[in-house]
Amino acid sequence: MQIQVVRKILEHNEETAKRLRDTFSRHRTLVLNLMSSPGAGKTTLLESTLGTLQRSFNTAVIEGDISTTRDAERIAATGAQTLQINTDGACHLDSSMVLQALEHLDLSELDILFIENVGNLVCPAEFELGEDATITLLSVPEGDDKPEKYPGMFAKSHALILNKTDLLPFLTFDVERAKTAAMTVNKDLEFFAVSAAQGDGLQDWTRWIAEKVRGKQATG
Amino acid sequence: MSVAQSLIDIIKSEMDKNAVTTLQAVKVKAGRINAIVPEALDMAFQSLTKGTAMEGARLELETVPLELECGVCGARFTSATEDTLFLHAECPECGQEFGHKVVTGRELYIEYIEAD
Repeated sequence: MQIQVVRKILEHNEETAKRLRDTFSRHRTLVLNLMSSPGAGKTTLLESTLGTLQRSFNTAVIEGDISTTRDAERIAATGAQTLQINTDGACHLDSSMVLQALEHLDLSELDILFIENVGNLVCPAEFELGEDATITLLSVPEGDDKPEKYPGMFAKSHALILNKTDLLPFLTFDVERAKTAAMTVNKDLEFFAVSAAQGDGLQDWTRWIAEKVRGKQATG
Repeated sequence: MSVAQSLIDIIKSEMDKNAVTTLQAVKVKAGRINAIVPEALDMAFQSLTKGTAMEGARLELETVPLELECGVCGARFTSATEDTLFLHAECPECGQEFGHKVVTGRELYIEYIEAD
């Protein structure tokens, strides 16, 4: 016999994400989900901005990796509270992993929680984590065609950070092409061009975060 | 893989709820711009169900076309560009190429199961 089901396959993740969202709202903690290909510079971006942010805000980082604690060690060296999630092979974080990690965090003390997702331009876009904003990093060596090839990721993001701009003179990367393609799938996308390693362009990015924190704390 | 596992969890709960024990088929609808690769989902489903009451069941995957709503004039249209997905989709009414809203094409759900 045929049984009508009509249930979302990722309903469990979505329900947990909603629980997370409610928890984050209650504590007025701004949560940013950072996604990109492996090696685009998520950890370096955090390393070079956490210092500035921590002068004004209490910040913690959840590090998602398939294995190793290398990134978590780099972040912990900045003084920010760091939690490592090893996904044991999974190519993305899901909301139940974040929920578990929260047991070790005191949200009432936190203004900002960064979630550094597993490096991957496809799967993380399908798994909400209760975040306020999704940030996608694209680095210059990856090529300017990535927004066209992975539109799902860019369509779901709130901000696009073009990283490693110090390499632009050495590579054929058309900034306008990448930006236009990303804005085509998502006209509300915020765009930042930075070199996390050299410290260029980071001010706009940290200012944007500061505004978001204020917005979040003004709610409720 | 985790999509296949969630799929199996839902099928299991529906089978228990309806007191059926053998699964013949499951019908899944997936939007075109979802990160679902039909062959990969099928393979994950077949390997995860080996040795269970779902073994050998057919996974029928239907792709939901991408329907867009023009960001300027509000006209609804279907975009069929295969290679670049919905980039530069020209609105048939006003010609606008950017900033369309996705109406359908993102969903991922189980429509029905066939079981005894």
